[in-house]
Amino acid sequence: MSDIDLTSRPQESQRLSLERRPFELRALTSGVLTGLTWGIAILGSIPLFSVIIMLVAEGGARLDIEALTALPPAGFEMGGGFANAIIGTLVMVAIATAISVPIGLLAAIYLAILDPHSPLAGTSRFVAKTLTGFPSILAGVFTYAVLVINFGYSAVAGGVALAVLMLPTVVLAAEESMKQVPKKMTDAAYGMGCTRSQVIWKVVLPTGLPGILTGVMLAVAGAAGESAPLLFTALFSNYFMSELMEPTASLSILIYNFSSMPFDNQIELAWAASLVLVLIVLVFNILARLIGQSKV
Amino acid sequence: MSATAEAMAPRAAAFSPIGDAVIDCQLQKVFYGDFLAVRNSHVPIEKGKITGFIGPSGCGKSTVLRSLNRMNDLIPSFRFEGHVKYHGQDVYGKTVDPVVVRRYIGMVFQQPNPFSMSIYDNVAFGLRLNRYKGDVEERVQKALERAALWKEVKDKLNKSGLSLSGGQQQRLCIARAIATEPDVLLMDEPCSALDPIATRQVEQLMLELKERYTVALVTHNMQQATRVADTTAFFGVDISGGGRTGYLVEMGETRQIFQDPQEELTKQYVSGEFS
Repeated sequence: MSDIDLTSRPQESQRLSLERRPFELRALTSGVLTGLTWGIAILGSIPLFSVIIMLVAEGGARLDIEALTALPPAGFEMGGGFANAIIGTLVMVAIATAISVPIGLLAAIYLAILDPHSPLAGTSRFVAKTLTGFPSILAGVFTYAVLVINFGYSAVAGGVALAVLMLPTVVLAAEESMKQVPKKMTDAAYGMGCTRSQVIWKVVLPTGLPGILTGVMLAVAGAAGESAPLLFTALFSNYFMSELMEPTASLSILIYNFSSMPFDNQIELAWAASLVLVLIVLVFNILARLIGQSKV
Repeated sequence: MSATAEAMAPRAAAFSPIGDAVIDCQLQKVFYGDFLAVRNSHVPIEKGKITGFIGPSGCGKSTVLRSLNRMNDLIPSFRFEGHVKYHGQDVYGKTVDPVVVRRYIGMVFQQPNPFSMSIYDNVAFGLRLNRYKGDVEERVQKALERAALWKEVKDKLNKSGLSLSGGQQQRLCIARAIATEPDVLLMDEPCSALDPIATRQVEQLMLELKERYTVALVTHNMQQATRVADTTAFFGVDISGGGRTGYLVEMGETRQIFQDPQEELTKQYVSGEFS
């Protein structure tokens, strides 16, 4: 019996015991380290939860029907809301999605399937990865130089600026999820006599769809919260939008404007608008999760 | 290469089928890049029969099978010398569309690979691909019946093909392959991922399929070859060139290959001396 050595310390294994020894150095180290990781995890989530708690506490009170349906108040006016900013944000995100998803999807098909190893693919992939860390204000400056100087501030310009920011996320997520379609499935499709485009449209895209949609939703959530690119492109408006080619309100710019005003009413509205913005982002993130989990 | 010139010479007399050869496959050399994968293999596939390919790992039997319907085209470094003729037409001819070839010569793979769509859509896939004008529903049912799967799935045709068990998935893949009524069915170790009962079912199915189709079957399992194959091709591996090059050692009626092999290597393999 004394031959059995489980601890590689002969002097301790004289009498074989399988009992737990909580005060052994090994057990103590393990306990301390486990406690430490718990503590750090909680520490990490404190900022997140405190932001949400503060938003609910400060903005929850003003989040009523009026805030969601009325136009922003002027100077000393009481009441009012930010309905035009909600609409503006949704419209500009929709424009950005309509631009970035088709381009991003086609680029991803090229990167993942058509010619993954070509120099062009390597370069595009590198550029896309670099652009994910692109300072968002530069997307605004770029769009200002390309569009705003010629056509003025507009929802379209805002949408383009957001599309520039969404594009790399869409491309990389779509490429990744198409690459994960098992080779045996594409083999089966080729074996059935599919052309390459049939393999892509009938097998690769439907199979990779949950992953692609997850990527799109995350990109949408990111774009909805952007303010810097919109400063240079959509500017702001105190009225409901009547066409796409005019300055347009957005939640993020409204928050920026109102939070620096000396009026309590506007500051309260800025809090409520922040809460709405976070809720919009949250909805898109939850949608992304649900879609990602769903299996055919 | 000259050192192996002698080994390159065909060793057994070429097998000539009694009936019509649907596919006449003469592969002098098959390369993946610089790697010589298969040499000197003349493998005729006889009409209405099951032709079994046996041999140790790396002997090129899957390579030979996949060159019959140009699945190897998907590997960019693939090239070969020789010819593959299907009803007298050169499968690798300049004007031949590999997509069309694969619609006549269907394939069932080693791993069951249903698409991530419903059972019904899996079987209807090829019909829709070919814009089949007739009654799709009837063809789907017929294909599932022939694949001996209908009874098990008829109440859940809308369930995902991936929800089935491994054996059912493989029979689904067979149903998918035969729904379009291909002329030849290539089966690349179709039972290697299956349990013995599912294997038995698929083997039974193969015997029924040969009434209507010509089948070429790669198998690791010699008993399977004796149970289902009419003709057997035995491939060996030649390591004299430094690489591992597969070649056809002997081909003949299955009973003859197993009971009266003409080549010493075949005798050793079928008696289990190496694998």
